Amino acid sequence: MRKGATWAGLALLLAVLAAAPLYVSPYVLGLLVGIAGYVTLATAWAMFSGPTRYVSLATVAFFGIGAYTVAVLSETLPYPLVLLVAALIGLAVALVVGLSTLRLAGVYFVIFTFGLAELVRQLVTWYEINVTGTLGRYIFLPLGPEHIYWQLLALAAFTLSLSWWVSRSRIGLALKVIGDDEVVAAHSGINLTRTKLMLFAASSVIITLVGAIQAPRWTYVEPAIVFNPTLSFLTLIMALLGGATRLWGPALGAIPLFLLFEWLAANFPNHYSILLGLLFILIVFVLPNGVLAFAEKLWGGNAGKVAAATRGTPPS
Amino acid sequence: MTASLSISGLRKTFGGLTAVNGVSFTVAEGEIVGLLGPNGSGKTTVLNIISGALQASGGSVALAGVPLTGLSPDRIAHRGIARTFQLVRILPSLSVADNVLAALAFRRDPVWGEAAQREALQWLADVGLAGREDEKAENLTYIDQKRMELARALAAKPSLLLLDEWLAGLNPTELRIGIDLIASLRDRGMTILLVEHVMDAVRALCGRCIVMNAGTVIADGPTADVLRMPEVVRAYLGDGHA
Repeated sequence: MRKGATWAGLALLLAVLAAAPLYVSPYVLGLLVGIAGYVTLATAWAMFSGPTRYVSLATVAFFGIGAYTVAVLSETLPYPLVLLVAALIGLAVALVVGLSTLRLAGVYFVIFTFGLAELVRQLVTWYEINVTGTLGRYIFLPLGPEHIYWQLLALAAFTLSLSWWVSRSRIGLALKVIGDDEVVAAHSGINLTRTKLMLFAASSVIITLVGAIQAPRWTYVEPAIVFNPTLSFLTLIMALLGGATRLWGPALGAIPLFLLFEWLAANFPNHYSILLGLLFILIVFVLPNGVLAFAEKLWGGNAGKVAAATRGTPPS
Repeated sequence: MTASLSISGLRKTFGGLTAVNGVSFTVAEGEIVGLLGPNGSGKTTVLNIISGALQASGGSVALAGVPLTGLSPDRIAHRGIARTFQLVRILPSLSVADNVLAALAFRRDPVWGEAAQREALQWLADVGLAGREDEKAENLTYIDQKRMELARALAAKPSLLLLDEWLAGLNPTELRIGIDLIASLRDRGMTILLVEHVMDAVRALCGRCIVMNAGTVIADGPTADVLRMPEVVRAYLGDGHA
């Protein structure tokens, strides 16, 4: 009974959100596009990095690959096919990167993924300057903000559903076991490489699609824009604020932070980066397990112990 | 009795150090064998090679005649070997039930859902942790963490169980409980290879002992005989006692 009510509520929420372009102003619609994008990015990021505690800073590498694929192919291929090609390129890169890096643990993985994003940006820049002779590209697609919004909303709903399914499935347990102790995981019969690779690839393909779907908004695209590392950090901090091991955590972190960042960027354009940095520090110090865990702790129960547990350092 | 585990000419070198040098022995089905020796004699290295945590530099390991050499730990687990660790390894952020579920869900014939939950509770009851399934693993006492680790190993339904100093660090009361628990496994016909320093436990549990020193086997036979052998006493206590 309660289950049915939850599903009905979620369906209603989705319908209300889907109808938003009919009743909100263009400015609010723009905000909704950004929110849908970051909710998807943070949820997809947390699907892999939350339980395994493999902190990835490669988010913008995949996001940028998606955006650049659209920029390069939008005039030669029909739009749905462009999205498909972007997803396949994202998948191929994720598999290659995953196979070569997922045996790195802890801080080495973080540094590698950050380096990867920079490498992809430099490669694209080099290629554009030396081979095509241009640095920027224009995207002319007949897609209004409402079309982008609907695509992102659908992708967000899909990502949350997938994340929910993973958390209840055997592979979800495998990820948690890997996050707690890889040695135990291996000796329990879990194939470490395959498990991590599958989820890293799924997460990366979704992130690639967010980049591809959002690309038409810019009209003009260049590597410095779509491979901006700030996006990786924003995604990370949103997921951490909400709680990266909970289904709704990343979404609940993404919404207020996106609005706050928009407000900061509009009102303090010169001090934006400094304020962003201070905010990162504050979140890590005050809410190391996210607001959901913090709220549970306030309400009592044994949730306080949960918070203390998840604060532990990841296994090396 | 058929040989469950057979190890032949096993070697392991770490750089210039030879930790295991030509070790050969067998463990028969239903047998509890103690693997003894002073610190650094290579016991845990042998256990790590059997379970796939380390790759051998030479020699072979076979379970029921099927070679295991070169397989990864997860595949060796699927062939029927489960283990506990010298320093107890739990999944701290998961519940006690989920710690056991981790073995049930990924063993050779995995179970999931209701059936898995029920079976997890059975394994926990078997090691004396009935009613503790919802607690967080890290909140358990040391002996209870060891019990849970044993439940996880048993839940994998192994044909060979490797216990690495499972009784170390227990107080006298806990030790008696621990010995009884392993004795109950023997009565069920479980094949066990255990590395142990607690001699009372070795005498109570193991029909046979293998003693290692400096990477080689120096004795292999019935426990009472082996523990009296001069070279074994010398390896443990030094020349003055032999």
